[in-house]
Amino acid sequence: MASTTSNSFYWRGFRDGAPFVFVAFPFGTLFGVFATEAGLNIVQTMALTSTVFAGAAQFTALQLLQDQTPTAIILVSALAVNLRMAMYSASLTPYLGAAPLWQRAAAAYLLVDQSYACSIVQFEKEPAMTIAQRIAYFFGSATPVTPVWIVATYLGAVLGTRIPESWALDFALPIAFLAMIGPMMRTLPHVVAALVAIIASLLSAGVPYNLGLLIAGCAGMIAGAQAELIATRKSAKA
Amino acid sequence: MTQVDPVTIWTIIVGLAIGSYALRFTFIGLVGDRSMPPWLLRHLRYTAVAIIPALIAPAVAWPTATAGQPDAARMTAAAVTLTVGLYTKNVISAMFTGAATLYGLLYLLG
Repeated sequence: MASTTSNSFYWRGFRDGAPFVFVAFPFGTLFGVFATEAGLNIVQTMALTSTVFAGAAQFTALQLLQDQTPTAIILVSALAVNLRMAMYSASLTPYLGAAPLWQRAAAAYLLVDQSYACSIVQFEKEPAMTIAQRIAYFFGSATPVTPVWIVATYLGAVLGTRIPESWALDFALPIAFLAMIGPMMRTLPHVVAALVAIIASLLSAGVPYNLGLLIAGCAGMIAGAQAELIATRKSAKA
Repeated sequence: MTQVDPVTIWTIIVGLAIGSYALRFTFIGLVGDRSMPPWLLRHLRYTAVAIIPALIAPAVAWPTATAGQPDAARMTAAAVTLTVGLYTKNVISAMFTGAATLYGLLYLLG
């Protein structure tokens, strides 16, 4: 009984995560091509893509590698790009923290932009979900994107040919993320958080090593939390 | 193709693999179901809604493909995607209208 409901949540997650295949495939292929051009062999490319499993950080590392950046700076910068994973991890903890350790360990590996975005929206929408259902949904949302990312990287690395720039694949990621922002604007504090984050990220774009992203992310979070406090106090007075 | 020192590459691969996993595991694995203070939870509610726009805003304003020059096709596609998402609350329709706008404009503006 419990397993059937978890099962149906797995497939709901799968369905919600499926569209991201259209992002992961071109992005993964692009990474494979880019890694080959940067001088990595197939084993190195595949090791990087399947252990780090975070496109933006992988691209950052390769870009800096080509710019002859010292290894330590490459590591710090790419991990700074991935610091948002720690924020995702923290944000999912209230929902998944009670699951068995091995499930949380596996979930940590599969924690990417896509699985996080699907899951947090779902968990907030249906607070009554059980831990097992949430875990099932989370793994479901990560299922389509994971193999596609790895296979696409492999194809890109093997083909190694330049994908025509006319395909404008550089913009696949922004479009995918922009599409997710609209449905997130559920309350005024959410809108405030997004606007402050956008302004801060544009103002801090010149900050080295992608630290502007972290500054903007923190600014947006603080703005959202403050807006929520103000809104709560106002409704308490009314 | 450039020749890269394998030791450097493997240092980066192993370092990033361990570092990325540690970042992902910290809270979900170590904090587990211990309760977290309300102020922290209040901030965490706005993680995604802050970090995702912050991640893409510079990419929209200064696209890498055009060497950082603001680009009419990409800007318009971004605006269309965001607007459709706001009104329909539907990720897929926003994604496809945005992509269609981008390709249409890239074709028209050549």
